[in-house]
Amino acid sequence: MAQAMTHHEHGHAHDHDHGHEHHEQLKVLGFWIFVVTDCVLFGTLFATYAVLMHNYAGGPTAKELFELPGIIASTFILLTSSFTSGLAVLAMHKRNVKQMIGWLIVTALLGLAFVVLEVNEFAHLVGEGATISTSAFLSAFYVLVGTHGLHVTLGLFWMVALMIQLKRRGITPVTKRKVTNLSLYWHFLDVVWIFLFTVVYLMGVM
Amino acid sequence: MWENIKSFASTFFVTGDPLIYGADVSIVLTMFAIVFVLTKYQKWGWLWREWLTTVDHKKIGIMYLIASLLMLFRGGVDALLMRLQLAFPNIEFLHSDHYNAIFTTHGTIMILFMAMPMMFALFNIVVPLQLGARDVAYPFLNALSFWLFMAGAMLFNISFVIGGSPDTGWLAYPPLSGIEFSPGPGQNFYIWGIQISGIGSLATGINFLVTILKMRAPGMKLMKMPLFSWSVLSSCVMIIFAFPILTVTLALLFIDRFLGAHFFTMAGGGNPMMYLNLIWMWGHPEVYIVVVPAFGIFSEIVATFSKKVIFGYKSMVIALMTIAVASFFTWAHHFFTMGTDASVIAFFAISTMVIAIPTGVKVFNWLFTMFRGRISFQQPMLWTIAFIPCFLVGGATGVMLAVAPADYQYHNSYFLIAHFHQVLIGGVVFGYLAGIYYWWPKMFGFKLDERLGKWGFWLWNIGFYVCFMPQYALGFMGMTRRYYTYGWDMGWAPLNLVSTVGAFLMGAGFIFQVWQIAYSIKHGERDKTGDPWNGRTLEWSIPSPAPMYNFAIEPRVKEADDWWRIKQEKANGTYQEEKIELEPIHMPKNSGIPIIMSGFWFIAGFGFTFEWVWMAVIGLIGVAACMWARSFDYDTDYYIPVDEIKRTEASLGRGV
Repeated sequence: MAQAMTHHEHGHAHDHDHGHEHHEQLKVLGFWIFVVTDCVLFGTLFATYAVLMHNYAGGPTAKELFELPGIIASTFILLTSSFTSGLAVLAMHKRNVKQMIGWLIVTALLGLAFVVLEVNEFAHLVGEGATISTSAFLSAFYVLVGTHGLHVTLGLFWMVALMIQLKRRGITPVTKRKVTNLSLYWHFLDVVWIFLFTVVYLMGVM
Repeated sequence: MWENIKSFASTFFVTGDPLIYGADVSIVLTMFAIVFVLTKYQKWGWLWREWLTTVDHKKIGIMYLIASLLMLFRGGVDALLMRLQLAFPNIEFLHSDHYNAIFTTHGTIMILFMAMPMMFALFNIVVPLQLGARDVAYPFLNALSFWLFMAGAMLFNISFVIGGSPDTGWLAYPPLSGIEFSPGPGQNFYIWGIQISGIGSLATGINFLVTILKMRAPGMKLMKMPLFSWSVLSSCVMIIFAFPILTVTLALLFIDRFLGAHFFTMAGGGNPMMYLNLIWMWGHPEVYIVVVPAFGIFSEIVATFSKKVIFGYKSMVIALMTIAVASFFTWAHHFFTMGTDASVIAFFAISTMVIAIPTGVKVFNWLFTMFRGRISFQQPMLWTIAFIPCFLVGGATGVMLAVAPADYQYHNSYFLIAHFHQVLIGGVVFGYLAGIYYWWPKMFGFKLDERLGKWGFWLWNIGFYVCFMPQYALGFMGMTRRYYTYGWDMGWAPLNLVSTVGAFLMGAGFIFQVWQIAYSIKHGERDKTGDPWNGRTLEWSIPSPAPMYNFAIEPRVKEADDWWRIKQEKANGTYQEEKIELEPIHMPKNSGIPIIMSGFWFIAGFGFTFEWVWMAVIGLIGVAACMWARSFDYDTDYYIPVDEIKRTEASLGRGV
């Protein structure tokens, strides 16, 4: 932030392109700040979970419910998708649209697999009678994990939109900025998942 | 069939109270009048092109201002209804449930739908002009923020005639606000009205933070930035960290109500006190979010009307930023009576007292700025001078409340009510009114009439003390908040009557201000110079109202009060004008997406409120479609050619 503050001497739009570039940079900064707000959002949900995580109210406990192998599988799927989204950005810097879209497709498929696994897990839990209204622990669990899953799902739609735009327009300052923000978002969701995996699942089964 | 419709309508519409029927009639008549006038004068196209789709920060600011004044009226009427009910013991003007709804809507509207938009009005109108910028960082997002606010405000306000108002207090504590004790749509209106407008507020926080960090004119180092912009920076930092907490809290409350979860229920392992902690982690910063920009306004006004540089600029900046941080560490003082550990209570009692220190620093700075200044007592300065003693007393009673052991005595009493009205009216309302008087000529090109304004000023001020000083005493006499009536035997009757008289004096002050605006549109002193107050900062260097691109040439800033410097240099002949060629100006295009998307949010919110899932889904799909459309729209900006800039500047009497 300190750096952002000192680098205020911005372009005076001497030429139009320069003005555009400047504007795209502004949007990346804004997106970083949005990610900060999203951090606070998840932080609040984590705090809520921490308060309620042992309030089983006679219902099933974390230890009884969670099956780690499936969760570890989805963890690796999501981590890999973060890696492939990084490869897409590298392809973007090499100005290789085809490769870029290719890696985005891989990323999206991995993201989709993650979401499917999560929906599957939720359906399984509900099938066992562990619903959102069973106990405060489960309410906090579904909302925390579900909010992350919802973020991933929205990211998938965003990714599809960007792939279409890349196909139509190629790599321009605008599409470049959009993909930069998307990959930032995707990495952020990965980091959140690591905390989630640790706090919810690992600490749950321990 | 007919029976079905009848039974639906009798629960869908609020029925049974003549006051409500009166409101129904007046709403329908007003709508017809608006549609009639727009159609008769063929103004629909103009309205759509010039206002509803605008992304110009100045116009968005004006729309915020109009909306907030309407909300001030609604919240004020609520206040007067409550004061009427309490004027005498044992009167049956309002029933208890109606009274509950009114104190709930009064509080919610005044903070979230009056103070917030009035604050955003001033952000929008002033900040880019002060920074020497041509717009905010994200003009489209700015328009979206406004329309989300409008959608939320409308959703909240229709609860009055459709479905029933929320009635669990302005922060809706569970378990009272849970499904068990508050079934029905009222509480959902509260949740979704605030949720939707809250997304807009969060976006505004991001928008203005980036604007301030990245859009300042060349040469304007942060420590040369006007103090109002500094206060906006402080406020935005708080918005960014506080509003996500509100979003989560309201979402959890809704999930409890809608899906039967157990976050805040008494059963199922939920914890209602967690709601109190969460809502105040947002709520306490929230009161600083609204008051800090008022501090910024006072700093501008005191310097301008004392014709002096602000005293202690650096300490002002430090104080503003200290408040931004410290405001996050005081939330638990709202419920010392919760019964936590003594060390926790001690921490929050001390942090609450500590936060009074930077505020005290600011008061001294304002006083020292006035000291030996040539003060002129025009309207903005009058409100500023009235603010200082008022806020001082309000702050002092705040420190009294922070004394935790004593707080057990006056927790939730009228002492508290008097305290927070004193800081919110004396601080926020006086501050924003001062700001509106100050920047009004910049918005509209004329000053507001002094004579009528003074009537308004004195009625507000006298009314304020008459209304709220008795309430401190009532608090000590044992009267607690949210009583809808009381008996003669309590001995509260005389002071309550005095308080009611004071409330009506303030109401009369508001009427004078409305009259003042109406009168000044025709007769107000026109501002031909663009600098009616002999101002110090950049917004006064351009014509009033500002042209759509604000600055034909980007200013080059050298000092903190740069416009003052230029005027001084011009007066003593040392001013050297840089010869800068005009260039085409890059501007964002208008867009209809913000208002349409907010309309879909409204539909989604309405659907959730009545738990009509199909409707909520339609609304959310609409929202997603709007986002999709925006993402695929690459034709979002254009350039104003040099010729047009020259013509505009010439028509405003400025040769370039």
